[in-house]
Amino acid sequence: MFATSPRLRATVLRVAQSIPVVIGVVIISFLLTRALPGDPAVYFAGVAANTESIEQTRVAMGLDKPLIHQFFVYVGNLLQGDLGQSLTSGRSVATDLAKRLPASLELTLTALILAIVIAVPLGVLAATRPGTWVDHLCRVIVTAGVSLPTFFTGILLIYIFYYLLGIAPSPLGRLDFIYLDPDHVTGFYLIDAALMGDWETWRGAAKQLILPATTLALFTLAPIARMTRAAMLTALSSDFIRTARAAGLSNRTILYRYAFRNALLPVVTTLGMVFSFTLGANVLVEKVFAWPGIGSYAVEALVVSDYAAVQGFVLAMALLFVALNLVIDLLYTAIDPRIGFSSK
Amino acid sequence: MTKATTRRNFLKMGAAGASVLPFLRAMPAAAQGSDTLVVVTGARINSLDLHRTGTSRASYQVGINCYDRLVSFGTKPTPGGGLSYDYEVIEPELAESWTESDDGLTLTFKLKPNATFWDGRKVTAADVKWSFDRAVSVGGFPTVQMKAGGLERPGQFIAVDEETFVIKLDRASKLTLPDLAVPVPYVMNSVEALANATEEDPWAMEYLHTTPAGSGAYKVARWTPGEQLVYERNDAWVGGELPAVKRIVIREVPSPATRRALVERGDVQIAFDIPDKDAAELADVVDVFSTPVENCIHCLCPNFAFEPFQDADVRKAIAYAIPYEDIFQAAAYGRGLPMWGGEEEINDIAWPRKTQYYTDLEKAKELMAGSSYPDGFEVPLSISLDLASWMEPTALLVQEALGKIGITVEIEKIPGANWRTAVLVEKRLPLHLENFGGWLNTPDYYFFWAYQDGHLFNSSNYRNEEVEELTNATLHMAMDDPEYAPKIKRMFEIVLDELPRIPLYQPALNVAANGAEGYEFWFHRQLDSRPLKSV
Repeated sequence: MFATSPRLRATVLRVAQSIPVVIGVVIISFLLTRALPGDPAVYFAGVAANTESIEQTRVAMGLDKPLIHQFFVYVGNLLQGDLGQSLTSGRSVATDLAKRLPASLELTLTALILAIVIAVPLGVLAATRPGTWVDHLCRVIVTAGVSLPTFFTGILLIYIFYYLLGIAPSPLGRLDFIYLDPDHVTGFYLIDAALMGDWETWRGAAKQLILPATTLALFTLAPIARMTRAAMLTALSSDFIRTARAAGLSNRTILYRYAFRNALLPVVTTLGMVFSFTLGANVLVEKVFAWPGIGSYAVEALVVSDYAAVQGFVLAMALLFVALNLVIDLLYTAIDPRIGFSSK
Repeated sequence: MTKATTRRNFLKMGAAGASVLPFLRAMPAAAQGSDTLVVVTGARINSLDLHRTGTSRASYQVGINCYDRLVSFGTKPTPGGGLSYDYEVIEPELAESWTESDDGLTLTFKLKPNATFWDGRKVTAADVKWSFDRAVSVGGFPTVQMKAGGLERPGQFIAVDEETFVIKLDRASKLTLPDLAVPVPYVMNSVEALANATEEDPWAMEYLHTTPAGSGAYKVARWTPGEQLVYERNDAWVGGELPAVKRIVIREVPSPATRRALVERGDVQIAFDIPDKDAAELADVVDVFSTPVENCIHCLCPNFAFEPFQDADVRKAIAYAIPYEDIFQAAAYGRGLPMWGGEEEINDIAWPRKTQYYTDLEKAKELMAGSSYPDGFEVPLSISLDLASWMEPTALLVQEALGKIGITVEIEKIPGANWRTAVLVEKRLPLHLENFGGWLNTPDYYFFWAYQDGHLFNSSNYRNEEVEELTNATLHMAMDDPEYAPKIKRMFEIVLDELPRIPLYQPALNVAANGAEGYEFWFHRQLDSRPLKSV
């Protein structure tokens, strides 16, 4: 089976290659969190602490031991699947990540899908009709999307659609307080609610998603639309399109079958990049919409030197990006058969 | 708690009492009615057990709303409208009555015979003893706070019989009884806790962290860390007047702008701890309670470890150079109380008190000229990034003013995680802003933390033998003792003359309400949900 399926073999190889990366991330995240300024024992000893109670807190947190000892304890726990206990949230980091990562991913993916649905056709239209009003519209949207910071767009959207018009639901996170969370299967509320057949909750979750997803989509639209337009222009002006036109193929066939497929490759590359920086841009959107996602979690943990939470976050992100790169590589081969794994 | 509460048994819980409003899949807005109040806050509740290491301040509210103490404080109106707790009046909560022996060393409490935990079991003196033992044994913050009231070891607590609980003190102290009314010494269901304790965890820290076991006015119906906490009324509560609201939802919303929009629209009834700016602007639109925080002062602290600040004239010059009114308007938007321009002669023992200093640049220049540093010097002014909302504008104004008297100030911003270590533990910041507030509302308690050598909030490394002695003498002395007032006045006189901390203003805790009333300010600066009513 290994020999017969080059794609499977290549996938396994890629996963194996990522192991050193993950080990590196574990070491670096450990050292970096320790290098952060601040003494968590002082912070967590509470409002009225004395030297004695700070010391007690330090011992309770295991921070009195030498660094190398702490590292081995950390790695030992990690091997057993224990990411440690977050002090800011009071729960195990694994539980927090399982709860918050899907929240961020649901928001990011919704935003990304929304952005693709708008940006790709917009890019294609702009490329096929350069200099027309569609092209200008594309340019205006792209410029606006890039230049407006997400927290500003977020607050603006809340102000208009919630505060002034009253048509958006209260920006209170993933679900208004009158709903119960759907049973945890994937952690994506839209999927979980659909699995339960609870469409009332599904609608509630979808309504909450609209504003934050739009905010993020406006921000991610720009690079996708730009890249689609540029890639389409390049593809449309290449020799094989001229040949296709000369051969009398229909406009539609030329556009979608030949030009668009060739233009997809750079667009997919951009998507991977956009996905990663959208997760980063999430932080601000999460704050504004009280979205219980991974970005705000990591920032809060970082501010108070909550070591376990920061390390867990970095590790989760590293794994996520290893997976993401793999998916994108696989997508390449699906889009363009010329790119094979044989070259590796 | 979160694990135990599945959708099914949660709905069952709702159906159990006809009075309890169940969560519907979609509840029409009108049906929210007066049964449910929604509160938004920017702070995170990270544990349901105050005694746990690392429990955040916002979590203290669980200790207040879900647990009972032996005693509580009374209520009084505040000068600016609204209500506040009353430090002078101690009221029963779990205790029905109490007596103090003549030497003040033995306190005997009679528990209310009808007080029960949520599981129906009677609250006994053994539960009180177990809870107090826990508070003095687990270390960290609860142990420090218990010690403030002279409660240091399990041997001091005796369960005489089911309803009689005795505390033996090493010395009589006026702080003991008030210290029993702070959030820390709350009473837990020791049988339930012990059933869930393990050998490594004899105090059931892990269990009580997520599952409160108390007798308080509200039970926790749901807790999703980082998102929300839902309180549900305990109808069998005997600790006080039964709360009017059946369910209270505490929702965490980090962005102040979003909190403001929510309360302004009336979709939430209370926005707790809003910024001064929002409080000033919302005051005309909704009910805003800005209560000056008792026993709390925002100060500029010149550190005695930094040589120029050892010169009394330099410290006084700074005190006359500070643009107090501008700071009060720019940093606090006029919320709180001014702490400058008072009488020099000390006739009362109210604290915080207005200092005798005011903005007078000429006087400041004169004092500088007469000091050992007539040509000025350079000094960094440190502020915390976490507290930037008031510290940054204050620091900029101080920088500008001190520049006029020859002191070149450079503002140094310190990350929140590092701030407490630098300012309070290492005490290494030459000039910095600080905002200690004492829970127990007596001047000597403030002095104990902020003016005694080596204590945490004495970030100026101040030491004055007379202040040391007077603070020790007054700390446990009854306030009606004839010696008390003269000693306290002398303490005021010394520190306001020597100025290790230059008071700027007394900050306020701001709460906006739109559709709720009965809000009470408490020294712990958390929301006591029990007196709230919907309108």
